Amino acid sequence: MSDWMWIVAAVVFVVVGPLVGCLLAGIDRKISARMQNRVGPPIRQPLYDVRKFLAKEQVTPNLVQDFYVMCFLLFTIVTGALFFGGMDLLLVIFTLTLSETFLVLAAYSSGSVYSQIGAQRELYVAMAYEPIILLMAICYYLEFGSFAVSDIVESGEMAFVPLLGVFVAFLFGLTMKLRKSPFDLSLSHHAHQDIVRGMATEFSGRTYASLEIAHWYESVMLLGMMVLFFLNGSWTGVVLGVVVAVLAWILEIWIDNGFARMKWQTALKSGWVVGLILGVGNVAVLLLI
Amino acid sequence: MNDILFMMAVPFIAALVLLVVKNDKARGYIAEVAAAIIILSSVWVAYSYLGEPQTFEFHNEIIDMLMFVAEVILGLAIIYLGIKHKKYAASVLGLVQLCMSLYFEFALKEGIETERALYIDDLSIIMVLIIGIIGSLICVYAVGYMRDFQEHHRDEKDRRRWFFFLLFTFLSAMYGIVLSNDMVWMFFFWEITTLCSFALIGFTRTEEAVNNSFRQLILNLVGGIAFLAANMLLAHQYGHLDLTWLLSHGPDAAQWVLVAVMLLCLAGIVKSAQMPFHTWLLGAMVAPTPTSALLHSSTMVKAGVFMVLKLSPLLTGNLGGYMVMTVGGLTFLLASMAAISQSNAKRVLAYSTIANLGLIVACAGVGTPEAVWAGVMLMIFHAVTKSMMFLCVGTAEHHIGSRDIEDMDGLFVRMPKLAMIMMIGIAGMFLAPFGMLISKWAALTSFVDCEYIVVIACIVFGSAVTSFYWTKWLGKLACTASKAENCEETVHKQEWFVLGVLAILTIATCILYPVVSSETIVPWLEGVFHTSGESLVPLLEANNMYIVILMAIVLVLLPLPFFGRTKKRVVPNYMAGVGIDDETYVGSMGATVDVSLRNWYMNAWFGEDRIRKVGEAVTAVVIVALIVAAIAGVSI
Repeated sequence: MSDWMWIVAAVVFVVVGPLVGCLLAGIDRKISARMQNRVGPPIRQPLYDVRKFLAKEQVTPNLVQDFYVMCFLLFTIVTGALFFGGMDLLLVIFTLTLSETFLVLAAYSSGSVYSQIGAQRELYVAMAYEPIILLMAICYYLEFGSFAVSDIVESGEMAFVPLLGVFVAFLFGLTMKLRKSPFDLSLSHHAHQDIVRGMATEFSGRTYASLEIAHWYESVMLLGMMVLFFLNGSWTGVVLGVVVAVLAWILEIWIDNGFARMKWQTALKSGWVVGLILGVGNVAVLLLI
Repeated sequence: MNDILFMMAVPFIAALVLLVVKNDKARGYIAEVAAAIIILSSVWVAYSYLGEPQTFEFHNEIIDMLMFVAEVILGLAIIYLGIKHKKYAASVLGLVQLCMSLYFEFALKEGIETERALYIDDLSIIMVLIIGIIGSLICVYAVGYMRDFQEHHRDEKDRRRWFFFLLFTFLSAMYGIVLSNDMVWMFFFWEITTLCSFALIGFTRTEEAVNNSFRQLILNLVGGIAFLAANMLLAHQYGHLDLTWLLSHGPDAAQWVLVAVMLLCLAGIVKSAQMPFHTWLLGAMVAPTPTSALLHSSTMVKAGVFMVLKLSPLLTGNLGGYMVMTVGGLTFLLASMAAISQSNAKRVLAYSTIANLGLIVACAGVGTPEAVWAGVMLMIFHAVTKSMMFLCVGTAEHHIGSRDIEDMDGLFVRMPKLAMIMMIGIAGMFLAPFGMLISKWAALTSFVDCEYIVVIACIVFGSAVTSFYWTKWLGKLACTASKAENCEETVHKQEWFVLGVLAILTIATCILYPVVSSETIVPWLEGVFHTSGESLVPLLEANNMYIVILMAIVLVLLPLPFFGRTKKRVVPNYMAGVGIDDETYVGSMGATVDVSLRNWYMNAWFGEDRIRKVGEAVTAVVIVALIVAAIAGVSI
């Protein structure tokens, strides 16, 4: 792929990403509803919700939260654009941390105990899954000699088999990153197991809509990372990748509905154990070969 | 060469003047003028010698003699102080060192002359700039700070003259370390920094201060003895005491050269507060804040990392390299974990210093040009940012009466400007696209390239932990739910000036790092590693670099139009009850309840004692085992 193709891919992500993300969110709610023996909302419900948030009366707990949320949304989009633009995986990960930090700051800034507890938990869960994501990037580097997504894609070889360990670890980390139960400590969409609304307690109107939109972008990017494992230079790789990514999404929904929230200790322990065994183990295997 | 001698002498002359001047106002002016001269002379030296590494013919029997006499006197002083304060370990180590010095001077050093006692190269220039600029800025800050300090401790004797004497002497000694080619000189200056920080840590003379200063002294004497042992070994085996000669070897050097290098690295590890010796730096925070800022950013610990970075070309892939890498990597991971459990801001900063130095040391241990590039970059960013953070905490402490992070709740309301500077500092410590992260990124890449899985795991898990403890602090600062009044009107103008300059430097180094790299670090690396700069540092690939710099610029500019502005109606928080305002609500029994929330510390997992025990045991075993192996002649 030439340079301009990557730029096109990044632009496509910025434009189409939220639509796909919205669709995924709709599917999530539909499937969840069916698992709970409900009819569920229409697939486009998340879009209606966001439109409504935008039309609500605009209130805020302080003068600075808007700024943090704006940066959060901006850098979430930048993260995805960098990834789909074929840039360095480490750069993508670090930018993701940056956007995450802005979200946490937004939650902290309100001073509400509920959102602060959520923010702290968000940080805590991030500490649990971050090693996995970094180890994934390292494995790509060891296998392909480059951190750049463009180089990995253009190598024409499928990463799935040599990176099997981190693939499974990534799948595990995805539950945390998507804030799905049992690791939805910071912000849950299951009303019965959250403290008010966790990190988002003080978000409303436009800020809440921004959070939703950012979440759509993020979901697409994370599934994009999933697809990356399967790309092999031909269309079969793309198709296989997308199928696996969709299956992974459904798996996450199933996990989300199948498990109650676990104790916070479990998140760090399990995240690090998985990172250590599957992630570092995979690195060790690649180093030995 | 005279300009270099001038530069080295200025701080010491200023120190002597400050030792006799009693008037506080005069002291302020002298310190400011001296700082200006130090900064200008260091910039001048950097400008004149940049890209022109050279050694200078400079040898003087009288100076050698004076140094030796001073060493003996200081040795005797250590023994005396140890006995006086019942710290016999210090006396014993002091005695051992003194005997070694005497034996070395009269039995081994006979006939070994290092004609070229001074040298300068690009790494030294970087150090000169760090010491000159940041060190003297801290001295300027100290003027205002110590005025407040004396106010707070009015019933105690005013010993500020002694304090300023020590600060400026420290700078001279640091210049000595980074510019001496004669290893006997280097050792002399090395010991002077140990003693200066001993005196600075014990400055307040409380029981805690005395205990901590002796801990510092005892641990650093171990490092000093290792240094001296290396000198003795080199003199005895090879008859050379010349740094350039030592550096002319490669990583596959003869056995005793390697042992000497490992001993020197051990000295560096002690001085840069790596595990198992890290506790001295934690104890150092009892001293007035400028001391901590100085020890953590531009002097003392930087002498330690300077030593290992200097020796890094001799460490690539040998036993010494593995020793240094393992100690650095583990220290990074464990110190970062311990930082989580701390709520005292200075202690968090101390652990973060230890962790970052660990990363630098690990980079030096890897010993490839890429890794060393990352190490030097880390050193620069760390010096600027960490000094700023310490000074911020010092100022906050004097105005809110606490250095506890929990008390910084809503600092944003009480001290908005200071909170902003602190936030810049914290962002600079760990967040993309700022300084430390850029170098951490390069470090990560080079660790993967060196294929040593222990350091890879350490940096991966350590980074995750690092984000956690910094962001939870950042969150506390950002919190705006407070009715407290603004209390930053009374901050001294020197403090604002220094903090402002450091904040600008923090941002400038992030945006200009490619220039710093291409003008100083890369030429130096090409010289010592005999490689071409082309292959260096993939991180500097045009794309990544532009994006990172662009992001930094966006983050600096974005707040200007948007920060703190909103058209929305501001409403109180939801309290799941009848909220009165953001800080109180009416509880179910009708009583007014205050809202407060503490951060996470997870003492059961990351408690200091637990971490310290593990860290000390593992790193001590690694160091002893590998040095013994090297002495036994094992090679890999």
